[in-house]
Amino acid sequence: MSEIPSPPSRIPEQVRRLGVVAVLMAGGFIVVRTWAISPEYKDTSLQKSEAVEREKAKPVHYAGAAACTECHEDQCGEQQLGKHRNLSCGTCHGALQKHVDDPLNEANRPYAPRERDFCPQCHAYDPARPTGFPQINPAIHNPLKPCISCHKPHAPEPPETPQECSACHAEIARTKMVSPHALLECTTCHTTLEEHKTTPRGAKPSRPTTREFCGTCHNKGTAEKSAPKVDLATHEVKYLCWQCHYPHSP
Amino acid sequence: MQRRDFLKECGLFLLVTKAVEGLFGAGAAAAEEPAGTKAGGGSGGESGNGGDHLYGMAIDVDKCIGCGRCVEACKTENGVPKEPFFCRTWVERYTVKTDNTLVVQSITSAGQKSDAPVEEKEIKRSFFVPKLCNHCAHPPCVQVCPVGATFSTKEGVVIVDEERCIGCRYCIQACPYGARYLNPETHTADKCTFCYHRVTKGMLPACVEVCPTQARIFGDLKGKASPLQRFERMRKIHTLKPGLNTEPKVFYADLDGVVR
Ligand code: HEC
Ligand code: HEC
Ligand code: HEC
Ligand code: HEC
Ligand code: HEC
Ligand code: HEC
Ligand code: HEC
Ligand code: HEC
Repeated sequence: MSEIPSPPSRIPEQVRRLGVVAVLMAGGFIVVRTWAISPEYKDTSLQKSEAVEREKAKPVHYAGAAACTECHEDQCGEQQLGKHRNLSCGTCHGALQKHVDDPLNEANRPYAPRERDFCPQCHAYDPARPTGFPQINPAIHNPLKPCISCHKPHAPEPPETPQECSACHAEIARTKMVSPHALLECTTCHTTLEEHKTTPRGAKPSRPTTREFCGTCHNKGTAEKSAPKVDLATHEVKYLCWQCHYPHSP
Repeated sequence: MQRRDFLKECGLFLLVTKAVEGLFGAGAAAAEEPAGTKAGGGSGGESGNGGDHLYGMAIDVDKCIGCGRCVEACKTENGVPKEPFFCRTWVERYTVKTDNTLVVQSITSAGQKSDAPVEEKEIKRSFFVPKLCNHCAHPPCVQVCPVGATFSTKEGVVIVDEERCIGCRYCIQACPYGARYLNPETHTADKCTFCYHRVTKGMLPACVEVCPTQARIFGDLKGKASPLQRFERMRKIHTLKPGLNTEPKVFYADLDGVVR
């Protein structure tokens, strides 16, 4: 290899100038980065702890079941003993932190799910639900009536017929249980002596005998609010009511 | 240019870049790891780093009734958009048909009507599986974030810094559990925080609070006796996609093999 005479400077002029610019920029960058930018922009642990604080400061909406006890002892106590004991109040009543903070404010009035299509969200039959979880078919399980007319929402039990009657009149008890008359005690319509349970045929309970008996609840203008009304004076006067309406499942 | 000069300049260039990198790289790394987190080593990974608590959740699959209260509560508590596409937690309905094909549907919004996909006589087995962020000890989402906007807190909770997130969606892609979504209002990635604002006040996460059947159990993996500890001790526990080595902190009992 033959020697080529080297130029006065082996770095060309333009490269040197660029070099100067590059050094200035790099220097400027270092200065800005090290002194001009405040530490919170660079320190990731600082950023993280800020993000954590921000996350912590977010508002709570669901109050937690314990928060209700102090003012709603009745419902809480009732629920403790019932089948819904594992449900949190918020499960049905929603996010109520505001109500807890300011219970008298009408704007925060809690919502109570009284309508019939609420409960089936959990209780409608579904093949994917675990066996043993109580499920019903909402289409045929006492349709048209709100669930809470028969089941207490805070302690839901199927409405019980007193054991004393259903033991022997199971068929009638079962029929009545799911009928519009579900909530009427047997003894509302049958005065039953204690002896009937030991000597049933010897001490027969009473049966209603007159139209007026049913009229005490169903006649137009009577007090019983939930019973549908007819005008006793015009409604099928020729017959006794139970010739057409089976009293245990009217 | 001579080969010698070329090599010289290359060498110089490398030296300078290395020096610059060293300067900033070291600074960044030092800030990243507050005192000896790496020393904890192995099992806990980043989340084993000396907090008093290490939060986790257990799911009792056999108890879930798919009522969707958790989905609704989560949305209300955390301001997640009500639409079905956005959720921090959701419930999947698995239906294995008699011909062994699998149908998976998701309940992702409150009151969403969820019916079995086929006639009952075509169903071999069917069940619900609640899903949420697994708060992995080795979270892939954290690794891919280009701006360091998502990280594990000292309690092992993976959270997103909304002010840093640039909404690039890398983490959404990276999450093997599909637990992240892009919030349409803030345009940042959003995910389950175990209701960090609640649990740090000693409350339960909203989904656990409202679960009617105790299918969700929340607790401290470091605590002594707690429902979570007991659950872990007495039940046969699985995690989702264990092969990915993410080390989830959401544990499932009685998980069916078809669940992905
Ligand atoms: C500080 C006391 C206080 C606390 C705590 C509190 N409430 Fe109330 N709540 C009230 C008062 C007072 C009313 C009655 C408001 C009225 O009748 O105008 C009320 C009414 C209600 C109602 C009735 C709404 C209706 O339509 O009849 C419900 C349901 C309710 N509260 C649920 C809850 C639940 C669930 C919690 C727990 C998260 C809770 N409350 C906590 C004081 C409280
Ligand atoms: C299964 C759902 C459910 C749960 C769980 C529940 N409630 Fe209710 N709650 C209802 C319904 C439905 C009503 C409306 C009852 C009515 O109108 O007769 C109601 C009514 C109320 C009322 C109004 C007064 C009354 O009895 O009508 C209060 C107060 C109340 N609930 C408090 C609570 C508290 C406190 C808890 C938690 C211990 C709770 N509820 C849990 C469904 C629920
Ligand atoms: C969030 C889900 C949920 C909602 C909403 C709900 N329940 Fe329940 N219900 C349950 C659970 C859980 C049980 C307990 C099941 C058990 O014991 O295995 C239960 C039990 C019952 C039972 C007892 C069944 C039995 O076998 O004794 C009745 C009755 C009942 N609920 C009625 C209602 C009614 C009426 C409503 C609407 C006011 C309602 N439920 C709303 C979850 C729910
Ligand atoms: C007319 C009264 C009545 C109404 C209205 C009613 N139920 Fe019932 N329910 C009963 C009776 C009686 C039983 C017990 C006998 C039976 O299983 O049919 C029962 C049983 C149940 C059970 C327990 C089933 C089991 O297998 O253990 C559940 C759950 C239930 N009802 C939920 C509801 C829901 C949800 C609604 C509203 C959609 C509702 N009920 C409306 C009377 C009623
Ligand atoms: C030990 C079993 C037993 C018990 C408990 C029982 N019954 Fe009876 N009951 C009978 C028998 C048996 C008859 C007679 C049926 C017949 O004569 O065909 C009867 C008849 C009746 C009759 C029809 C009376 C008539 O005029 O024919 C009524 C009404 C009645 N029972 C109501 C009740 C009521 C209400 C209760 C609960 C307070 C009750 N029973 C408890 C066994 C029982
Ligand atoms: C709404 C009022 C009413 C209620 C509530 C009622 N019954 Fe009756 N019951 C009647 C009437 C009316 C008759 C008479 C029917 C007839 O003579 O055909 C009757 C007849 C009977 C009879 C005679 C056999 C029959 O089927 O006609 C028995 C037994 C009986 N009731 C048992 C019961 C039992 C048990 C209960 C509670 C589970 C009950 N009843 C609740 C109105 C009622
Ligand atoms: C203690 C009051 C009371 C008495 C007595 C009574 N009922 Fe009723 N009855 C009711 C109530 C309450 C309802 C409505 C329940 C509901 O729908 O919520 C009802 C509903 C009915 C219905 C309407 C059913 C439907 O499909 O909506 C008929 C029909 C009826 N009763 C017939 C009778 C007959 C017949 C008698 C006499 C044997 C009688 N009732 C006695 C309270 C009563
Ligand atoms: C000849 C048969 C017959 C007799 C007897 C009879 N009803 Fe009716 N009742 C009917 C028919 C038919 C209806 C209309 C049913 C309908 O519209 O679905 C009715 C409707 C009713 C309703 C209204 C139900 C509703 O949903 O609004 C009540 C309450 C009622 N009857 C009560 C009585 C009472 C109380 C007596 C006895 C005083 C009586 N009925 C006697 C046939 C009869």
